[in-house]
Amino acid sequence: MPLVLNEEQNMLKDAAKDFCGKSTPITELRKLRDDKDETGFSRDIWQQMVELGWAGITIPEDFGGLGFGYLGMGVVMEECGRTLTASPLMSTAVLGSSAILSGASDEQKAELLPALAGGELLTALALEETPHHSPYNISTTAEKSGDGYKLNGSKKFVLDGHVADQLVVVARSSGTAGDRDGLSLFLVAADSDGISTTRTIMADSRNAANIELSNVQAPATALLGAEGKGADVLDKVLDVGRIVLSAEMLGGLQEAFERTLEYLKVREQFGVPIGSFQALKHRAAEMFCEIELSKSVVLEALSALDEDSDEVPKLASLAKARLTDTYNLVSSEAIQMHGGIGMTDEHEIGFFMKRARVCEHSFGNAAYHRNRYGELEGY
Amino acid sequence: MAALDDFRKDTRAWLDENCPASMRTPMTEGETVSGGSKHRSPNPDSYVWLDRMAEKGWTVPAWPKEYGGGGLHTDEFVVLLEEMARIQARSPLEGMGVTMIGPTLLEYGSEEQKQRHLTKIVNGEIRWCQGYSEPGAGSDLAGLATKAEDKGDHFLVNGSKIWTSGAQFADWIFCLVRTEPQAPKHEGISFVLFSMDSPGISIKPIKLISGASPFCETFFDDVKAPKEDLVHKVNQGWTVAKRLLQHERSGLRALASAGASRTAATQTTTSLADVAKETIGMVDNHLANPVLRDSIIQYRMNANAFSLTQRRTVEESEAGSTPGAATSIFKFYGADLRKEQLELQLKARGTQSFGWEGDGFTAEELNLTRTWLASRAGSIAGGTNEVQLNILAKRVLGLPD
Ligand SMILES: Cc1cc2nc3c(=O)[nH]c(=O)nc-3n(C[C@H](O)[C@H](O)[C@H](O)COP(=O)(O)OP(=O)(O)OC[C@H]3O[C@@H](n4cnc5c(N)ncnc54)[C@H](O)[C@@H]3O)c2cc1C
Repeated sequence: MPLVLNEEQNMLKDAAKDFCGKSTPITELRKLRDDKDETGFSRDIWQQMVELGWAGITIPEDFGGLGFGYLGMGVVMEECGRTLTASPLMSTAVLGSSAILSGASDEQKAELLPALAGGELLTALALEETPHHSPYNISTTAEKSGDGYKLNGSKKFVLDGHVADQLVVVARSSGTAGDRDGLSLFLVAADSDGISTTRTIMADSRNAANIELSNVQAPATALLGAEGKGADVLDKVLDVGRIVLSAEMLGGLQEAFERTLEYLKVREQFGVPIGSFQALKHRAAEMFCEIELSKSVVLEALSALDEDSDEVPKLASLAKARLTDTYNLVSSEAIQMHGGIGMTDEHEIGFFMKRARVCEHSFGNAAYHRNRYGELEGY
Repeated sequence: MAALDDFRKDTRAWLDENCPASMRTPMTEGETVSGGSKHRSPNPDSYVWLDRMAEKGWTVPAWPKEYGGGGLHTDEFVVLLEEMARIQARSPLEGMGVTMIGPTLLEYGSEEQKQRHLTKIVNGEIRWCQGYSEPGAGSDLAGLATKAEDKGDHFLVNGSKIWTSGAQFADWIFCLVRTEPQAPKHEGISFVLFSMDSPGISIKPIKLISGASPFCETFFDDVKAPKEDLVHKVNQGWTVAKRLLQHERSGLRALASAGASRTAATQTTTSLADVAKETIGMVDNHLANPVLRDSIIQYRMNANAFSLTQRRTVEESEAGSTPGAATSIFKFYGADLRKEQLELQLKARGTQSFGWEGDGFTAEELNLTRTWLASRAGSIAGGTNEVQLNILAKRVLGLPD
């Protein structure tokens, strides 16, 4: 699987870099935060992203998308990661699209994918029920009711759950919490009766919500994939999410590292640049190594998605575990090496640590993915 | 693409026909061929294989044909290594000739020097050793004191080197000497080659913690080094020396081999998990010791990320140029990974991994003890890990002195 970008992908990356640098620098995120913006991202910027085709990067051309694949999505998310850009790309263009691509019927695809690519539809994945990623640990129930289902339960940390038009709800139609079997996925309108949404304001100034489902009525046509076999779709969607989020993290950690490196060269103490101190040099060089390794695993994992390789689950865990550790390391060292100024809200470097930790807990932390990698290797 | 497929087909056929059966088994310690006549493999097939590969130039596949090399492009080189890996063919020729001094002479040697030395390297006729480190000059290599006085047609060399790997088996030495004592330390060094059979050279083997004696103290007492084997210019040896270190640390050869083992890489270390399954046991499909299990998984993931990075570098340097300072990460990270792998073997095997000799241990266990001890050299030899980090910080990250 290729570990270098082709010309088209490089062009997309340059365009994304340009767009994010001009339109969504970190000052934009700060403004959304300070204004207590209701949406949590700029609809105007989102519209521009849609016009650039980003909402449909992974959607085939037949359905109105760009058909650029996951390497394409990855380079865009990497650039968004550098500027900590808040947008519905992850919830809608990554998780929503892949849930529909891998779980939906042909009719559902024909109806939903063009709307997704056109930016008319925002989705959110209503999965987690505890503060820890645990995808099969689902207690939300889906009981047969009439010719549809009745959903009951409560969901946490639903990315963009406060603005989504449609929710992909992971519920249990049989079995008990922890079982892989018996999960079912439903696509339900967010304004359905019985859904109540509480927006959660998070440290990274990005968007999530808690969602209560109380006797929510879902027709049989709302099923994504087969009843009881939802995990087949969910596993795929989560691996896509893990890998693309790793690409975002790669952007963020490189930006934090480059800013820190620059500071090491300009900040003087004891009459010399602090970057001349070996205690800092060696730590910087070690971070550089971890970053080089991180780039490789992200590229390989994105390529594996494009090739629909059997290696996807292992590479998703490899990428998410490594990028979690590296982003945490780099964002923590970034603050330490900035000294007092790194602790201030006014300086932007602290934003990276906040983002790193929320990313850590999105779709499984490093320990979760090491365990999974070991299981996939058979021990 | 089609041309590369043809190359693969031809290569596969040629290897099938020409690689002796005993050369398709894992290398054993004594059978490694590093050239020269002072240490011979006891297996005659080692030399059948060497001669056949040398004739095609495939002991140094990427060198130009005019100096006996294979003239292969990077992608062909990778195919050759993949095809060799497929039949588990051994490397026909190792040693500092093919990995260090050869590539350096290709860049810095005079035409006459290339003609005289390179084919003897390709054929495995001559074994080389590296006269860099001195008792007072290790990490601070440029502080070396071995003196070389200009005597017209030769330099007169006096002083001593230490940690000279394979000095006892080498025919020639590439050596850093001080030709201008008054100049700033980097500007008075020259890079010379001379025969280890020259009068005035004596050696004394040094024993390692592993019990082996792979290297020596090397003493020079009025040794004549002919000027025809001064490489590059007098007092400009430091430039040559640094370039050679880049080849030593992460030459294209090492990278290309890593690229070739892209699938094999993940397999060779599975043995670590297999060992642990056997010694620790399994509970609920997990290794029974959760702490060791986590360490093994972490190691496996890092090793995977590392080999992907080597492969990425190969793909990026498709043009065939030897990568520069950024490749310091391979020497640094690779040494740590290897040490970690062996430490985990010890943790998995417990007291069975500390057998020194005699009964009560398998041959594999006894070998592991020595290999573990020897692995510690990875972060010392060829520039310590701390020095690698210094280089990275300075050359790659641009941090000030
Ligand atoms: C198995 C083996 C084979 C070898 N083969 C050869 C050979 O064939 N030819 C040859 O010429 N040499 C050879 N060497 C020598 C090797 O290159 C040196 O050992 C190495 O460069 C370190 O030098 P030193 O041993 O003098 O340690 P020192 O330089 O004294 O280092 C001691 C410690 O101080 C640290 N240190 C030193 N300077 C700095 C600094 N600026 N910043 C931070 N930390 C620092 C080092 O990292 C190390 O931890 C070999 C060594 C080994 C172990």
